Amino acid sequence: MTEKVFAANDEALNDVLAFAEEELEKAECPMKAVMPITVALEEVFVNVAHYAYPDSTGEVSLSIDFDSESRRMTFQMTDSGIPFDPLAKPDPDITLSAEERQIGGLGIFMMKMTMDEVSYVYQDGKNILTMKKSI
Amino acid sequence: MTITNERNNEQLTIALEGRLDTTTAPQLEKFLSENTDGIKDMVLDLEKLEYISSAGLRVILGAHKQMSKIGSLKLINVCDEVMEVFDMTGFTDILDIE
Repeated sequence: MTEKVFAANDEALNDVLAFAEEELEKAECPMKAVMPITVALEEVFVNVAHYAYPDSTGEVSLSIDFDSESRRMTFQMTDSGIPFDPLAKPDPDITLSAEERQIGGLGIFMMKMTMDEVSYVYQDGKNILTMKKSI
Repeated sequence: MTITNERNNEQLTIALEGRLDTTTAPQLEKFLSENTDGIKDMVLDLEKLEYISSAGLRVILGAHKQMSKIGSLKLINVCDEVMEVFDMTGFTDILDIE
């Protein structure tokens, strides 16, 4: 398992994605799966960067684990910001027309579509989001 | 991300190269707000777009809404990876993709 800590702001996004891409490469993740996974990680990271620390700055850690036997990757994003369950929000209605479309919530929805399993827990003052994906 | 464009009277073709994500989406938003006066037909050439996240989708949806009132927006040369994101989010049904 590899873990890195980032400042919870948009400026750190490129570093987060570079770290993820490096780990995906090590795991020999197929190219086709790389983009949806990095998109998913961008969505959850940006969510934390925008909402977890409304009155202060904070940190977010990303750990990435790869089980070579099952070829399953586990991504865990942890922050110490305000308790927030990103999975609690209902999915957006993606069948609506462009005019009726609400773009909010689309990022987390995309993450859920990409990952095989997602879970959230608030523990010891931390938001912990775990995402699993077989590659 | 690199934005190049070619204007022909009321037609504007915008080619995007690289990544359209949280960091670069504002760049496209700004470009659109400054360069679309008098445009009726807009074409987004995504041949060299490698990556799109919801921040990018948001800008494209905004452009689609704006253009549908006065003309049209068409997306061309969408690669498989980006198309998958459009599929996943139902954008394939609302956008004009060629």
